[in-house]
Amino acid sequence: METPIEVSGLVKTFGRTRALDGLDLAVRAGEVHGFLGPNGSGKSTTIRVLLGLLRADAGAVRLLGGDPWRDAVALHRRLAYVPGDVTLWPTLSGGEVIDLLGRMRGGLDPKRRAELLESFELDPRKKGRTYSKGNRQKVGLVAALASDVELLILDEPTSGLDPLMEEVFQHWVHRAKQDGRTVLLSSHILAEVEALCDRVTIIRNGRAVESGTLGELRHLHRTSIDAELAAPLDGLADLPGVHDLRVDGNRVRFDVDGAALDTALRRLTELGVRSLVSKPPTLEELFLRHYETAPAEVSA
Amino acid sequence: MSTLTGTRHLVRLILRRDRFLLPLWVLVLAVLPMTYAKSFFEFFPTEAERAAYATGTGRNPSIVALLGPLYGDSVGALTAQRAGFLLVIVALASLLTVVRHTRTEEEAGRRELLGGSVLGRHAGLTAALLVTYAADVLLGLLSAAGLVAAGLPAAGSYAYGLATALTGIVFATVGGLAAQLTETAGGARGTGIAVLGAAFALRMVGDTATHDWPSWLSPLGWAPRIRAYEGERWWVLALPVLVAALFAAAAYPLSVRRDLGAGLLPPRLGRPTAGSALAGPFGLAWRLHRGQILWWSVGFGLLGLILGGAAKAAGRSVAGNPQLEQIMAKIGGAAGLSDAYLGATLGLAGWAAAGYGIQAALRMRAEEAAGRAEPLLATETRRSAWLLSHVVFALLGPAVVLVVTGLATGLTYGISTHDLARELPRMAGAGLAQLPAAWVLAGVAVLLYGLAPRLAPVAWALLSVCVLLGQLGAVLELDQWLLDLSPFTHTPQVLRDSWSPTPLWLQTALALALTAIGLTTFHRRDIPTV
Repeated sequence: METPIEVSGLVKTFGRTRALDGLDLAVRAGEVHGFLGPNGSGKSTTIRVLLGLLRADAGAVRLLGGDPWRDAVALHRRLAYVPGDVTLWPTLSGGEVIDLLGRMRGGLDPKRRAELLESFELDPRKKGRTYSKGNRQKVGLVAALASDVELLILDEPTSGLDPLMEEVFQHWVHRAKQDGRTVLLSSHILAEVEALCDRVTIIRNGRAVESGTLGELRHLHRTSIDAELAAPLDGLADLPGVHDLRVDGNRVRFDVDGAALDTALRRLTELGVRSLVSKPPTLEELFLRHYETAPAEVSA
Repeated sequence: MSTLTGTRHLVRLILRRDRFLLPLWVLVLAVLPMTYAKSFFEFFPTEAERAAYATGTGRNPSIVALLGPLYGDSVGALTAQRAGFLLVIVALASLLTVVRHTRTEEEAGRRELLGGSVLGRHAGLTAALLVTYAADVLLGLLSAAGLVAAGLPAAGSYAYGLATALTGIVFATVGGLAAQLTETAGGARGTGIAVLGAAFALRMVGDTATHDWPSWLSPLGWAPRIRAYEGERWWVLALPVLVAALFAAAAYPLSVRRDLGAGLLPPRLGRPTAGSALAGPFGLAWRLHRGQILWWSVGFGLLGLILGGAAKAAGRSVAGNPQLEQIMAKIGGAAGLSDAYLGATLGLAGWAAAGYGIQAALRMRAEEAAGRAEPLLATETRRSAWLLSHVVFALLGPAVVLVVTGLATGLTYGISTHDLARELPRMAGAGLAQLPAAWVLAGVAVLLYGLAPRLAPVAWALLSVCVLLGQLGAVLELDQWLLDLSPFTHTPQVLRDSWSPTPLWLQTALALALTAIGLTTFHRRDIPTV
């Protein structure tokens, strides 16, 4: 079976801005591939090149065995795309847009369309201009997920969805995978990618900086802990896997690798925990840590 | 924080965004009355000549219907009447400017972006009204100064200028009110234009009837009724001031009561599934363009009915004036004069049709900029199919509008001359003859869009230049080569006995070539290019 997406050395410039600077990306058949990067890192530009909307300046791009610029129309029959910001025609109802997009892709599965509408709790009779951002996004998702296509290209599709709908979305992506479809899911939220993806490519500043399975990227997985203890802390700094420890009286903050989390927490509870906040690090923090430059600095 | 906080910033933003458009319409509309005055001084220097013009043309019902009443034989009175149609344009420009900076802004979400920063809830409406009011006042003062410079009395000139400014201000406020009532910019524009159309119809009826009370009900009827240069009645100016204040007083509470982005009239639900016609780019384009085609056809059909009905009177009005009768005999008698009148009015429809073509073509730019083109072009839809789905309406739309105008004109004119079988096809043909020139402008818009969407609005500027050349060319005695730059100059007078179809073929070929180049460049460029 062919590799649905194969990109190597892709370059795209807009005037003096180098949006893509030698990007590599490979998506295997049947996998859910996370395309992870901060805003402005070049995810949407890559996707537009894959869709034949933008023309590559250099590099090799293969999509479903064809050239996305030259064979655009033939290839589009086999894929569905959801942009990061779905805009609708003000006077068309959501249902009309879903059917229109479906017909233009070569047909929808009516049963799946009905199921999707129900699970996303979307009223298809409302006019485009009356939908909220999240509901517009749902219209795009229903149209794409109800289409009979091999490849789904989703560009930050969950922006504007509430957590409940985020779960519904994950359910449907799992189903798409079970049906043998390939999914390219771009995101700037690590947790979303972790929940869904088999493999991940991390993009920064128009280049892929890492690519691999989630296991291979496990070193990215750290938890930030902010705790108030009953007694002053000692003996955590020497624990392997604990980073950036800051102690301020009884208050303690640190990041910890997944493997050392259990040991670290046990040490805290021994001392007595009054309050504890833990959160996954943001992508920006990860970038700062792993690639030394903050994305903001890079893009500035 | 006051409800007006941030108005100053918004005013600056509006001025910056309108730095070309606003000065353009203000200047053009301010200069035109002066050129009218100059040509009256030049071509009708004696009182006798002016009296003859007043009887033959100025008091002709069709001219009165189109331009408004004539109150005397002085150059000032003739100029004020001749400038009557400018009132409609001033009103339209003011209306569209306010809608553009309130509703359109809100729809595009930009207002929300600004609303998050320090902005009072009245700032948006106030800024749009302030800028437009100022533009109208400036326009009034400039036209008054121009009229004085042309040699007309100061009192009458300022009466004319003020009346024009206040007409603009009334319709700017109508735009502000319409923007609060409806959900979309298109809806607000439609409502405003409908009010303008109703005002025009009221004035037309009042000015041509025995009793002119309908004109007193129309905001377009007040400006003529100040009687500039013929014993000014200054108190009439109180009417537009009062009405503008009333409309503003209605608009402000509404702007507070409704949520940002929502109109007061609740939206209706649509179909849960798409009908069979809504498949593919052409089905979608039909949905997006059909309302506009319908309303333009209705509007121009009505206009055609009125103009056609007045045409016979235009030809008959010279009867009893031996001098004019002599001239008319040379160009084919009363029927010749009617034809000249009909040809001229259908020429106006040609400009409007070009405007239709341009805006239909620019729809593509709006679709691309809003991100609605991308998802479609990521389906089986070819780029050429998507582009052509809109181009079809940019080309067929003007055709429909012109044929409807021609048929409607032919209908009432044919009934009045008892020769429907002759006039109906003749007028439809005369309407269609305007089409190729309109297509050239639409073709320019498609070409520019295909090349770089940023440039596409230049097509509007080109149309303005063409209209200006057509309006001013004869008055300013411009060189023929300059006039020849406008495709409308080449449209043959098909109502005359002999004319050549060659220019029509050349115009059509040019329009198609421009479209084809636009299509080719569109195929090669990045999407979106904004």
